[in-house]
Amino acid sequence: MAKRTLTPFWWFLMGAGGMVSAMLFPVHVLLFGLAFPLGWFEAPAYESLHALVAHPITRLYLFVFIFLPLFHAAHRIRYTVYDLFRVQPSMHQPIAVVCYGAATAGTIAAAYTLLTIS
Amino acid sequence: MAETLRLEVSRYRPEEDSEPTLQSYDVLLDALNHVKNEIDGSLTFRWSCRMGVCGSCGMMANGEPKLTCAVPLTDYDPAQPIRIEPLQFFPVVRDLVIDMSSFLEKLSNVKPWIIRDDVEATEAVEFKQTPAELDAYKQFSMCINCMLCYSACPVIGLEPEFSGPAAIALAQRYNLDSRDKGKEERMDVLDAHEGLWGCTYFGECTKVCPKNVDPAGAIQLYKMASATDYLKSLLLPWGSK
Amino acid sequence: MSGGAHEPAAGLKLYHPPMSLWWWLERRAYFKIVVRELTSLFVGAFAVVTLLQIRAVGDGPEPYAAFAAMLGSPAFITFSVVAFLAVLFHALTWFPLVPTTIVLRVGEQRVPGNIIAGAHFAGWLIVSVVVAYILLRG
Ligand code: FES
Repeated sequence: MAKRTLTPFWWFLMGAGGMVSAMLFPVHVLLFGLAFPLGWFEAPAYESLHALVAHPITRLYLFVFIFLPLFHAAHRIRYTVYDLFRVQPSMHQPIAVVCYGAATAGTIAAAYTLLTIS
Repeated sequence: MAETLRLEVSRYRPEEDSEPTLQSYDVLLDALNHVKNEIDGSLTFRWSCRMGVCGSCGMMANGEPKLTCAVPLTDYDPAQPIRIEPLQFFPVVRDLVIDMSSFLEKLSNVKPWIIRDDVEATEAVEFKQTPAELDAYKQFSMCINCMLCYSACPVIGLEPEFSGPAAIALAQRYNLDSRDKGKEERMDVLDAHEGLWGCTYFGECTKVCPKNVDPAGAIQLYKMASATDYLKSLLLPWGSK
Repeated sequence: MSGGAHEPAAGLKLYHPPMSLWWWLERRAYFKIVVRELTSLFVGAFAVVTLLQIRAVGDGPEPYAAFAAMLGSPAFITFSVVAFLAVLFHALTWFPLVPTTIVLRVGEQRVPGNIIAGAHFAGWLIVSVVVAYILLRG
């Protein structure tokens, strides 16, 4: 193998994150973003939400829920910025670093939060 | 014959023009050749087979890339002029003739021939292939290099490094050929810069392809294969050479 | 292997058509794909909102109540409406693309794309119902 880029790896995360977000985000946004705040349904009480979040399986679920979609967004935004703003090739690398860097930071924050939640 | 229709043709005469202008012709059916033969012999365009196999007559008709020999004029409303322009995202040589050197470069870069190191190119050898093995790549071998897919894909206009639909489909055609051993070499070319990854799946290439090659599908499979290889080498470092 | 073999003949005065900055508005199909890619902004944003919400849950009942009040503010409701439409469009454009990368074979036959896509749509429905059930059972 000659000089391969990291892009196949990012693309794979983009795909995995696209799948996770397509499957889960509509129902989550609908419930937490609209149905609970607008009172269409009664929001789960704090205690039950806390118990749910503290459960190890839920923590794993939430980690996947945040980590993969962040990389999905990072990859798609990277190429959309290239294409919409007609970015010069010399700026491609810095933009990629910002996109994946932000997703990595978010992933670390998610891991930390989910591991330390009491 | 009373039935006429109006053709608006993009003209670019390098001697006098700095950019193309539109010129209208009112013609009887059999449009462009009629113009050339009867009205204006200076109009320049490419064609050869008139039966959709040589791939040289691609142009933009009302903004859509078309093989002009394969589209009947009856597809168009005779009350409206038909706008004919050279394939977009290519430099123009004259009128409707585009410069295809970037395309030829991209095609040859992916090494579209059977690669093996066990025989000399000049040796007369025979490699057998079953019908099922032929079927594996046959669809991707139907490409006639008409460049309609390049004209449909905005990434071609945006990202000069992008190898483009036909070249990637052709690479896939050889990768899937049971006689070929050149997959790695082609990947080295495509993975560099934005050769493959510039594609964000607009999917227009597949829609305009007159031969149902499905280049967009070829690109997706190529990306998947590349990602799988990558993950394998990550997870099983001893498994890859 | 570059240069030489495939270059325009010397002496040609080529016309290089400019590409507009608004290329993505010039064709419906381009616009649709750009919108599809831009839905990822809302995917990313909602992932961050979820992370902040988990933090609020971890911080205790009062911070969580404050966070819930923030979610109910008109600005955030507006965000949620747009985000919901975006992630819905993402899902609707995502599942039909799955068969372009996943090739399933049963014996010699390749499983048709619309069966794979259909299975994903069905899975989407089931997963959504399960998530809603867990959160709504009280
Ligand atoms: S003239 Fe040969 S494909 Fe149209």
